[in-house]
Amino acid sequence: MWMRLLRKGAEANIYLSTLIGRRVIVKKRIRKRYRIREIDKKLRDYRTVHEAQLLHQAKKAGVPTPTVYLVDREKFEVVMEYVEGVRLKDYLENGSLEKALKLCFQLGKLIGKLHLKGIVHGDLTTSNIILTKDWKMFMVDFGLGFYSKEVEDYGVDLYLLKQVFESFHYKIARKCFNHVLEGYRKTVGEEKFREVEKKIREIGVRGRYIPSEKRFHR
Amino acid sequence: MGLKACLGVESTAHTFGVSIVTLDGKILSDEKAVYKPPMGRGIHPRESAQHHTKTAPTILQKAIEKAKIKPKNIVAVAFSQGPGLGPCLRTGATVARALASYLKVPLIPVHHAIGHIELAILTTGAKDPLVVLVSGGHTCIVAFAGGRWRVFGETEDITLGNLIDTYGREAGYPTPSGSAVEADAKKGKKFIDLPLTIKGNNVSYSGLLTAALNKLKGGKWRREDLSYSLQEAAFTALAETAERVLAFTEKDELLLAGGVAANRRLQEMLKAIAEEHKARFFVVPREYSGDCGAQIAWTGVLAYKHKVKVSIEKSFVKPKWRLDMVPIPWRKT
Repeated sequence: MWMRLLRKGAEANIYLSTLIGRRVIVKKRIRKRYRIREIDKKLRDYRTVHEAQLLHQAKKAGVPTPTVYLVDREKFEVVMEYVEGVRLKDYLENGSLEKALKLCFQLGKLIGKLHLKGIVHGDLTTSNIILTKDWKMFMVDFGLGFYSKEVEDYGVDLYLLKQVFESFHYKIARKCFNHVLEGYRKTVGEEKFREVEKKIREIGVRGRYIPSEKRFHR
Repeated sequence: MGLKACLGVESTAHTFGVSIVTLDGKILSDEKAVYKPPMGRGIHPRESAQHHTKTAPTILQKAIEKAKIKPKNIVAVAFSQGPGLGPCLRTGATVARALASYLKVPLIPVHHAIGHIELAILTTGAKDPLVVLVSGGHTCIVAFAGGRWRVFGETEDITLGNLIDTYGREAGYPTPSGSAVEADAKKGKKFIDLPLTIKGNNVSYSGLLTAALNKLKGGKWRREDLSYSLQEAAFTALAETAERVLAFTEKDELLLAGGVAANRRLQEMLKAIAEEHKARFFVVPREYSGDCGAQIAWTGVLAYKHKVKVSIEKSFVKPKWRLDMVPIPWRKT
């Protein structure tokens, strides 16, 4: 089977390949030299299995994800549908602001759908969202995902995204994140939204060296 | 120009340091005294501040003598304005204010963590690195963009230095315990399962600390094995988040800075990650990894050249000053 390396991530290498005549992505969790074997094996095994399950559960929750074709626990590989598009990360930096904000609103709705089903993505960054030609967003990379009913975990999920906006998309951070929250509010409803929003603020203030009145939020 | 210099005063936590650095970046002197708490105890802010008060005159004198500089060539006095322990910060600030007013030169406020970063850049020659800053006060992954150091990942609770020192204290090592824990960890062979918490680009160490302390008190495990396992778990979590950010930002330089940067095992891990992503790897020289006056003096030079200064009346210390709040006029994106 031929494989072409597309991208090296922190968790895995992403290859383009083919399976019964169609283009597929092979996500291979390679051995990391810096980790001792005990930790390395545990992480790779756990994440390979979990990611495949979560990709499927997310799809059931109404969030577009690549379809999983094969899971190989021996080789730590997940073979999935190839979704053609650009990363939201790149679009936000280069596309139109108006469109970007619409996408952020949509993204908030998708995150809301996940949380309503008790799924936490665990690594919400703009490079884990693929934007297709017809403006559909696919969520990928569920390696750090898990199930939870805790507001704390939903808060952290959104807080991580906020951090990505503030550090990388800093010019449009506030607007973008506010649109994400609006979309989220629309999906989860006012009551749940308030709880999560309060949590996000709490998590921010918990961090180091926060002059609490200065941390922006909405 | 070579002769003109900035004097920097560092006093955020256990170290009182004074250094003189020329405007073109030559470190003429870097003197320090480190407060060592009694065995089994951590830093007491008041006692540490008293230590600084006692040692300040000697350290100051040594730094000036060693630099062989005439007072008139000191064109600015910089101090660590924060973040840190209030009483300690105020001691250093008092020394700096007195000096600046006596010498009639500008007083320059410096952010301690930015001091770590700038000194690491000066001493390694990195240009535009992704910085992994690990110390008792900071554990964060930052890169420069749009006039500020932006935080891409950080600890959500305690710092790496904090984790190691608190564990070390309970395990019977002196504080700060980084090098003792590292030496012991080298003798460890068996990995004891400890929790490793990664949240996106962030880490969380409080659960790891609790688990390690419980195992320590259980008395079932060899201390060497536990120290080894603690280091592996903590460093692996940090290394993974560093790799995540490196992949995301696509920077081609990775720089390890701060007190914990002296740890060989951590260096080895980050070096492997840099190589994997074809990034150049830099680590701050050991002598400049821990808190020192040079980080303040050198950042003071950069700030001085860009007219950053503060009047004595407004030079309050900022114990909770956050790294990404500081405008950096001397660095271009």
